[in-house]
Amino acid sequence: MSIDLKTIKHISKLSRISVDEKKAEKLAGDLNSIFKFIEKLNELNTDNVEPLTSVAETTLKFRSDEVKNQNIREQIIKNSPEDNEDFFVVPKVVE
Amino acid sequence: MSDITSQSLTSLVKNIKEKNLSSEEVTKAFVDRSEKSKELNSYITEDFSNAIDKSKKFDEKPNLDLKLPGVPMAVKDLFCTKDIRTTAGSKILENFVPTYESTVTQNIWNEGAILLGKLNCDEFAMGSSNETSFYGNVQNPIDKGLVPGGSSGGSAAAVSGQLTPITIGTDTGGSIRQPASFTGTVGLKPTYGSCSRYGIVAFASSLDQAGPMSQNVEDCALLQEVISTYDNKDSTSIDFKRGQYSKDLTKDIKGKKIGIPKEYRVEGMPKEIEELWKKGIEYAKDCGAEIIDISLPNTSYALPTYYIVAPAEASSNLARYDGVKYGFRAKGENLTDMYEKTRSEGFGAEVQRRIMIGTYVLSSGYYDAYYLKAQKVRKLIKNDFDEAYKKVDAILTPSTPSSAFKIGEKKNDPVSMYLNDIFTVPVNLAGLPAISIPAGLDATGYPLGLQIIGKAFQEQEILNLAYAMEDKISFKNKITDWWIK
Repeated sequence: MSIDLKTIKHISKLSRISVDEKKAEKLAGDLNSIFKFIEKLNELNTDNVEPLTSVAETTLKFRSDEVKNQNIREQIIKNSPEDNEDFFVVPKVVE
Repeated sequence: MSDITSQSLTSLVKNIKEKNLSSEEVTKAFVDRSEKSKELNSYITEDFSNAIDKSKKFDEKPNLDLKLPGVPMAVKDLFCTKDIRTTAGSKILENFVPTYESTVTQNIWNEGAILLGKLNCDEFAMGSSNETSFYGNVQNPIDKGLVPGGSSGGSAAAVSGQLTPITIGTDTGGSIRQPASFTGTVGLKPTYGSCSRYGIVAFASSLDQAGPMSQNVEDCALLQEVISTYDNKDSTSIDFKRGQYSKDLTKDIKGKKIGIPKEYRVEGMPKEIEELWKKGIEYAKDCGAEIIDISLPNTSYALPTYYIVAPAEASSNLARYDGVKYGFRAKGENLTDMYEKTRSEGFGAEVQRRIMIGTYVLSSGYYDAYYLKAQKVRKLIKNDFDEAYKKVDAILTPSTPSSAFKIGEKKNDPVSMYLNDIFTVPVNLAGLPAISIPAGLDATGYPLGLQIIGKAFQEQEILNLAYAMEDKISFKNKITDWWIK
């Protein structure tokens, strides 16, 4: 299987990373060599194997559902690239 | 003052406790040496004057019952530090100042240590040479133009170059053990769930673990004792009985069974690594350990599995960098355009590559073929270890398939860069603890490491084995201070 430029454009859209022609070609080359390496997994039959989702063999702990009002709006807003003191500001989304 | 910076952590703690040295003297010595070591490019952010102030404050009312009383320490720039910029080696977090502290670093400050600064690393910990950092390459103190390994490259260089008595790194596929091996230092990746991930910039959540990087095994045990705590802020933190690793450290490993996995004899491995491994086996025997041949049949599938699982998790974790709540933002014509430009300009090439791989393997139509397949193979890899541990207490392997390479040598070939982690990645996939200790030098005089892999939660066991073997190996790092003018 090989990853063509159309696929690269599709992945770039899904991952919200803009890609120009030159970058797309470089990425296609890199990804093809990486997937060639990854496809070694097809040698293995895994039909009756349970997928491993977590190595931590533990069940999630319960905790009480408490409201913790820490009043940290100012702190949270502080790191935003653009805000109006109360909210994060983004380019207009509704006309 | 070089006699201060050449001391081990354990010795500095002892000297401060016995009042032979003040925190200020020790802190100033490390600040002074760090100032003279700019060429290594170990630091991304320095906090030297604050560190000296804190050391003076410590000396006014010293609490000498603490485990790290007034000891200065620089940490990898992947740990969020309250009010101190945390970049994760990325442009996208260039101006990010956390409003909270990671649990692991908080544990360290609670025991009296003082922050020196934040250490360079590969961008979002994605790399094996520190060359993906937005803040430039790190020089290996061993030789000019040599990579220190990665992703905890700045951390490894800082310990090896004696800019900090000890440090912490993070290890997702080998990021503590490989740089430790490349710089002649000790690095421990603890069991998954041993150290809290709260406040660590996330890369691949099912694999990430923080751990100590040190000059020797004793120091490593002491720091592990400090950083490993149960934490309800991390839902995968595990509530098990943690050992008093430094107190219970012993060289008595008589009768311990050590497995030698035949699958780690990989094609093209340099002869020196094979010989180092053989020597390691002899050292273990000298210590009274019993050597047993074992098989981990799915070893060769570990790297391909890792390069599906880790990018998949990374693509989800890094979705948060959208230029809205924090970090870098590029101008865009509309919201989507702003997202796309922010991520394209804010992330470096390797990070973009991995996000794309991750997005692809999770995308509709490919999920079963790649991601689900990888999770199944991950199960087989873990089963291999479970089976082996019915016969042995620990496993001995080389840490890396080569010694440190030159800056730029592998930069343009992602797959050859990934092969660096061939011996370390299976451990993360299985969630096990493993330690790398320096064990010899190659023909050029570059350090080589051996890795001891343990059973889950048996950090004490591998620390003891490493402690005993360290004594037999009696490794000496050849550091010439070439970067100090």
